[in-house]
Amino acid sequence: MRRYSVFAIAREAMRYHEGWERAWPAPTPKPRYDVIVVGAGGHGLATAYYLGKNFGITNVAVIEKGWLGGGNTGRNTTIIRSNYLQDPSSAIYEKARSLYEGLSRDLNYNVMFSPRGLLMLAQTEHEVRGYKRTVNANDLQGIETRWIGPQEVKDLVPMINLHGPRYPVLGALLQERGGTARHDAVAWGYARGCAAMGMHILQNCEVTAIRSENGQVSEVETTRGTIGCKKLAIVVAGHSSVMAEKAGFRLPVESMALQALVSEPIKPMIDVVVMANTVHGYLSQSDKGELVIGGGTDGFVNYSQRGSWQHVEETIRALIETFPPISRLRMLRQWGGIVDMTGDRSPILSKTPVGNIFINCGWGTGGFKAIPGSGWAMAELVANGEPGPLAADFGLERFREGRFIDESVAAGVAH
Amino acid sequence: MTRRITRLDRGGRLIDRARDITFCFDGRRIPAHPGDTLASALLGAGHVLQGRSFKYHRPRGPVAAGAEEPNALVTLGGRARMEPDLRTTTTEAFDGAEARSQNRWPGLGLDLLAINDRLSAFMPAGFYYKTFMAGRSWEKLFEPIIRRSAGLGPAPTEADPDSYEQAYAFADVIIVGGGVAGLAAALEHGRAGARVWVLEQTPHWGGRAVVDAEADGATIDGLAPEAWVKAALAELEALPNVTLRTRMLAAGLHDHAHLIALESVADTTPGADLPRQRLWRMRAGKVIVAAGALERPLSFPGNDRPGVMLASAVRDYIVNWAVSPGKRIVILTNNDDAYRTALVALDAGIAIPAILDLRKTPNGPLVQAVRDRGVRILPGHSIAKVLGSKQVKGIALCRHESRGEAWLERIPCDAVAMSGGWSPTVHLWSHCGGKLAWDTEAAFFAPDPDKPPLGADGKAMAQCVGAAAGALRLDACLASAMSAAPQVETPAEEPIQPVWVTPAEAGPHLRAKMWLDFQNDVKVSDIQLAAREGYQSVEHAKRYTTLGMATDQGKLSNINGLAILSQALDQPIPATGTTTFRPPYTPIGFGAIAGEARGEIFQPLRRTAMDAWHEDQGAHWEPVGQWRRPYCYPGKAEPHSAAIEREVLAVRNSVGMLDASTLGKIIVKGPDAGRFLDMIYTNMMSTLAVGKCRYGLMCSENGFLMDDGVVARLSEDTWLCHTTTGGAEAIHAHMEDWLQCEWWDWKVWTANVTEAYAQVAVAGPNARKVLEALGGVDVSREALPHMSWTAGPLGGFDARIYRISFSGELGFEIAVPTSQGMALWSRLLEAGKAFDIRPYGTEALHVLRAEKGFIMIGDETDGTVIPQDLGLNWALSKKKADFLGKRAHQRSFMASPDRWKLVGLESLDGSVIPECAIAPAPGENANRQRNTQGRITSSYYSPTLKRGIAMGLVHNGPDRMGEEIIFNADGKEVTARIVSPVFYDPKGEKLDV
Repeated sequence: MRRYSVFAIAREAMRYHEGWERAWPAPTPKPRYDVIVVGAGGHGLATAYYLGKNFGITNVAVIEKGWLGGGNTGRNTTIIRSNYLQDPSSAIYEKARSLYEGLSRDLNYNVMFSPRGLLMLAQTEHEVRGYKRTVNANDLQGIETRWIGPQEVKDLVPMINLHGPRYPVLGALLQERGGTARHDAVAWGYARGCAAMGMHILQNCEVTAIRSENGQVSEVETTRGTIGCKKLAIVVAGHSSVMAEKAGFRLPVESMALQALVSEPIKPMIDVVVMANTVHGYLSQSDKGELVIGGGTDGFVNYSQRGSWQHVEETIRALIETFPPISRLRMLRQWGGIVDMTGDRSPILSKTPVGNIFINCGWGTGGFKAIPGSGWAMAELVANGEPGPLAADFGLERFREGRFIDESVAAGVAH
Repeated sequence: MTRRITRLDRGGRLIDRARDITFCFDGRRIPAHPGDTLASALLGAGHVLQGRSFKYHRPRGPVAAGAEEPNALVTLGGRARMEPDLRTTTTEAFDGAEARSQNRWPGLGLDLLAINDRLSAFMPAGFYYKTFMAGRSWEKLFEPIIRRSAGLGPAPTEADPDSYEQAYAFADVIIVGGGVAGLAAALEHGRAGARVWVLEQTPHWGGRAVVDAEADGATIDGLAPEAWVKAALAELEALPNVTLRTRMLAAGLHDHAHLIALESVADTTPGADLPRQRLWRMRAGKVIVAAGALERPLSFPGNDRPGVMLASAVRDYIVNWAVSPGKRIVILTNNDDAYRTALVALDAGIAIPAILDLRKTPNGPLVQAVRDRGVRILPGHSIAKVLGSKQVKGIALCRHESRGEAWLERIPCDAVAMSGGWSPTVHLWSHCGGKLAWDTEAAFFAPDPDKPPLGADGKAMAQCVGAAAGALRLDACLASAMSAAPQVETPAEEPIQPVWVTPAEAGPHLRAKMWLDFQNDVKVSDIQLAAREGYQSVEHAKRYTTLGMATDQGKLSNINGLAILSQALDQPIPATGTTTFRPPYTPIGFGAIAGEARGEIFQPLRRTAMDAWHEDQGAHWEPVGQWRRPYCYPGKAEPHSAAIEREVLAVRNSVGMLDASTLGKIIVKGPDAGRFLDMIYTNMMSTLAVGKCRYGLMCSENGFLMDDGVVARLSEDTWLCHTTTGGAEAIHAHMEDWLQCEWWDWKVWTANVTEAYAQVAVAGPNARKVLEALGGVDVSREALPHMSWTAGPLGGFDARIYRISFSGELGFEIAVPTSQGMALWSRLLEAGKAFDIRPYGTEALHVLRAEKGFIMIGDETDGTVIPQDLGLNWALSKKKADFLGKRAHQRSFMASPDRWKLVGLESLDGSVIPECAIAPAPGENANRQRNTQGRITSSYYSPTLKRGIAMGLVHNGPDRMGEEIIFNADGKEVTARIVSPVFYDPKGEKLDV
């Protein structure tokens, strides 16, 4: 892999950029790999990357039915935070957030991690208590968050309406090192990093069947032929239940569409990321100038990645109420992504009923922020065959045991 | 900048030349006529330069005349009415309008940020992924610079003073597009009696055909298209089942033919007492997309210079608005249609120095007609360079089949009209799953009629007609829209020759000057770079280069871009495919999306019958769900803490009254109601005697406590279930969910009657005396024991009286019809005067219940707590075979004795422990987090006990009575002793009196 740098750009500028090499090759599938990761989204690619980087396992294929990064990695609202209440959640999300801090340099690919501060507004007494509890929990978890009053909120977000006639802003939970990153770049950077270690990224390669022998996975059948493997990691988010069915087990997961939209680009309007959970909407501004807006999930199970209408209205109302000057901006584009929701809205990183098949799913509406931590923990699980401390609490068995990790407690909704 | 008045002496079918209006552009007064767009008036006043590009700040003029415009964006209006990023080509000019150019500094003519253009060799697609990575340089240095220079228009800073409206409509057929195809389809369906809506996004009917006929003399049933359109409109207007709307954009097509449309109502009359825009949610039996087609630019060096325009746009400006982008226009084309532009230009007295036709032997009737008028037609020729920077000054001629390095000639001109062919406007078709097929002959993606978007019945919910279906010629266009199509005369055309790059063998130097996405500055070289670097999926190429991500969403650039990507990958265009078409077709305002629901009515504010009285008393309000409830009633200058203390002591010492109307009230009735409630509640409700009350718990399927409240059995088959204020709607939905999805054959009916009753809690040692003063009902201990209810004419009111208590004192809750609520409240106040009765708010309620050790849903519970954690095992029926949550409680972790459980907590010094505090335990877990052993769930100052009291969940808490543990809050430590959670009257002597 030739390194990217300002010097490389200058060199290429002299020859019309005709000398850049591929970020990742398009290899022909080998008959067999040590590990196959199904799903070349952020989580799948990060899993492969840390398998190589942390465990030296590089005979790996990441197979993808479409184009890499084309699922939720390329559809989310790019928020990164780790201000979670429950210990297992905050551990893995903080691991992810701290990896994001150095990810551009690690990958030699600018993923534009931008820790410009993240606020969760409290607009009822109940929310105030919930976020104060989170601050206290984060303190013991080693995560820097703090409670700020309405005036400090106003200083950070001058356009906010603190005195909304319905839901005044009573304060906020602030994570100063929370923020955003460029979502596509995360997938591309990991893909390039994987390819540099000799791993194969096989796009347009859909898994049609998963085969096992004596309870151990043996091979996958794909649209590009049959490929053998010693271990299989399923990391396919919205279609996890579909893939699990092919492997012969069921998952406590429901898939539905989460809605998002962007405005037309305008000059800087809001520097931080704001989540308003009482009225239900969240907002940040991309480096390109678009307001990036997230809303709710469609209230029905489906696999359609379309933008639906009802949530757009609810979300925009909530945001105009909170940020009145946005009223004369316009919606440029809306879309949906299929999120895999578990019963407790927390992820699954787990062994499965089939030997040497491991699953990473259930990130629901909050997967992007977790990508590096999720890949790190999943690589550990796949390499060792047993979860490390980050994944330990996220096993499938927790649903049988009633050991839920419920984050909706503090946030009202989990994002 | 040269300013040439280019308004033509005559013509302009859309403008009212008799009337003059004026608007401002960058402080200059621009003359215009009603019917002008900002773009046409600016061109008419000689202002070709109307914008700057996003990345390189290159000078730009309008390239189009409609919704596809990427370049000419302005900010309209000032202060609170400021709206950025409006296309001048679709913004109607009105008297007094104020428009400003954007994304330039200091001005549109001299923009210092155009330095980026000089540096463009160092800023190809995706350059930012390859650098700015050192240390924290991205977040500290480079990102702030990029953020400041990115964006287009300025950010508004004030609240929007205008109002917006939302409306619904239902139709058999909604036709999108008011050109001849749309009108023909309207005639077809309107005459058949269907309920038809026709939506046209511009203020004018007729579309392209009326403009094109000015050039080619086409006729419909012997009429000029303009006359045919007029007749069609007259017939349609006379049909009662047909609704015609202009200025109404069909923005998005969603599932089940749900069409979102935006109607401009008062955009040109700011300050008028009208909603500015109206958002329509329409439901159609079928949507007919007659949205026409969009012309494609050609990719040649310098194709973004101000004055280079789509050939059809040049035609539109001349015919519709009597303006021309130039006096000498060179035309570059790969098809016959552009010759229509030559014909209307010639008719308007504009010179056409040359037509460069990329085809080798163009010879159709339109070509011949132009040739006959003496115009120089150069087959196989192209443009090697556009001369001039802020305005076209000429072109350098070259052969198309060349590297473009040999200039054959310089042709002076002040505008270039280009045509790369047409693409059907398939957006709405594609929004909801309609598929496309590549037509090799015509070189466009057209709707695949075999793969339409499907409605709820599994049948096609949309259909494309006219140019939107790929029927570009007028005869085919009308034939596709109506069964008895009119007779059409229109000249024949020779086939298009697809050309994606010209000159064909241009090297990298020239390809870096061929723009694809004008606004985002994406060039042919960028797409080729993306392909070279492996961003080969059309979505990767789009995201890597930002092609099609500008405010026009790729209307001009996407097809050209994916054709170039296909060439780079040496694969046919259908193998590359398109990116996904997403709603809306053009951007729609947030204000309209929000509609009326703003400010006070953002969400309905629910008020009880006594709300006005609370307001008069100066109540401090607290939102609870959608209700507002008095938090406390502070006197003048009285701090809340003092008011709460006063209210608590009134209840403890004499009597207080609380507006409890917001508590959820759900009637459950029917032969199977008892059986149903036995499943919904953890307690046994079927055995409750008529006239009795029981405190009940509800768990989720996973066993977690979700709501609580008192259930009263009203009659043999009727129960009244009280829920928490915030939970009423959710619990009602929860009940219905189970009834409709799981126990659909049980005979049970539910009704949420929360708002039908006003309810007043009267609590305190003197509570009974107050009720007795009202009289009419025997409320003695014997007649109305604790946890029972009775009905009767209490003080003449139609009352139901529950003997229940949430304060630990003698308590009654009196429910009357909401209409009698305020009267009851007044009578109770009057009757209570003798006992110094006081109203109390929600905070006193919380303190009272905490003193008594009663749990509060949302404080002691958070969705992870089971009844066993709260010592409520007594409320879990052991007699029942099943209830929601029972199975979950048997899971190992739930059944474990090793859980955090409810206890009381008190600080050693009597101070109030900070709420939300957490108790660390020794050591760290495997993830290096401090271990914990408990948390505070409620904490108050108890006026009764004169010290702080708290409740909390502590690991094995009930087994650790008397133990002292340390809590952390806000970085401080507090030591607390574990005690019983019942701080007041543990024997319950006050309750049952």
